Amino acid sequence: MSTEKKEREPLFSAKNLRLIKEPLGANNPITVQVLGICSALAVTAKLKPAIVMSISVIVVLAVSNVIISLLRNGLPPRIRIIVQLVVIATMVILVDQVLKAFVYDVSKQLSVFVGLIITNCIIMGRLEAFAMGNKPWPAFLDGIGNALGYGIILVIVAFFRELLGSGTVFGLQIVPEGFYDFGYQNNGLMILPPMALITVGVIIWVQRYRNRELIEEN
Amino acid sequence: MQEIFNIFIKSIFIDNMVFAYFLGMCSYLAVSKTVDTSFGLGLAVTFVLGITVPVDYLLNEYVLKAGALAWLDPEFAGVDLSFLSFILFIAIIASMVQLVEMVVEKYSPALYASLGIFLPLIAVNCAILGGSLFMQEREYQNLAQATSFGLGSGVGFFLAIIGIAAIREKIRYSNVPPALRGLGITFIITGLMGIAFMSFLGIKL
Repeated sequence: MSTEKKEREPLFSAKNLRLIKEPLGANNPITVQVLGICSALAVTAKLKPAIVMSISVIVVLAVSNVIISLLRNGLPPRIRIIVQLVVIATMVILVDQVLKAFVYDVSKQLSVFVGLIITNCIIMGRLEAFAMGNKPWPAFLDGIGNALGYGIILVIVAFFRELLGSGTVFGLQIVPEGFYDFGYQNNGLMILPPMALITVGVIIWVQRYRNRELIEEN
Repeated sequence: MQEIFNIFIKSIFIDNMVFAYFLGMCSYLAVSKTVDTSFGLGLAVTFVLGITVPVDYLLNEYVLKAGALAWLDPEFAGVDLSFLSFILFIAIIASMVQLVEMVVEKYSPALYASLGIFLPLIAVNCAILGGSLFMQEREYQNLAQATSFGLGSGVGFFLAIIGIAAIREKIRYSNVPPALRGLGITFIITGLMGIAFMSFLGIKL
């Protein structure tokens, strides 16, 4: 009988914490892995829908990561895509019904984009790349981390678009009334869809300027 | 007839999938490095949207909508299955893509060779599911309108991806700031193209 005990990894070991931290910076799903752009840009004209969207993605990604990770040993590789889609779609339907029940006005603003979480590449990407080969707990942390990395970009973009475009944050007036008397104008362009792309472009620029390793070849 | 044509033009230019709703951005960014590959992807998306939107329209009209099951039995008039639409739409899309792939492989090997790798990717392209969901939200009157919306959205995506690929081929020769190379500049160009497409907004059809 061997004397050495199998050491249990502590729940928040350095390795597990890295799963949460990395997607927030150097391995961000949106600015580095280029996943999940579709829904990221369309919901960022105001801060509130952006936050609701981030929370929905966190829930869907964390739970479906755990489910797929539990199923991973019994799942025939040939049908895995269909199973993943069914798990994701079920979670998205649940989230959609909850949103409709409790925050109906935001759910109307998000319109089809809640449904589009199903085809959000972050979710499929993480299920395929991480949950299929890891235990449930790391998969859960990975899901939370990546969804937070996604959410943080959404919130930054929405903050600037709402501040510069409507002069408000969370619907509260931030730019003082006095400014308008001196001829300050809200920049209506920031509300329009193309500015979301340019804002993300600038975020990528800043991130890569600070972290030279991420710079790509042309 | 005119209504159908209006929907077609509107979905290409005014409600462009890429520039107005950011749908299909993932493949739009990943595959737009050369004009050849983006031509293939654009064609495949148009093809699949032209098929799945009408099929999902029929599904929505005769199965999912509130009271849609009344043709089966008047008793079912109160049934509303619309909460199932996500899962059924994605199932239809995945199976249609598989079917289209098999048919194309059998009857047109040349087309299959050029679309080949893109067809399976399309099942998880947001533009396809987005097309069906917008079709459901906008409540088109009949099958012809839904078809023209599907085809128009596909053509819009096609134009967008060809445009960005051509610009990216040229931009390789320009002196872009190092931190902006690749992804960053592509985002900004897409934004500028979006602003250009917004000039169509004033057109009332």
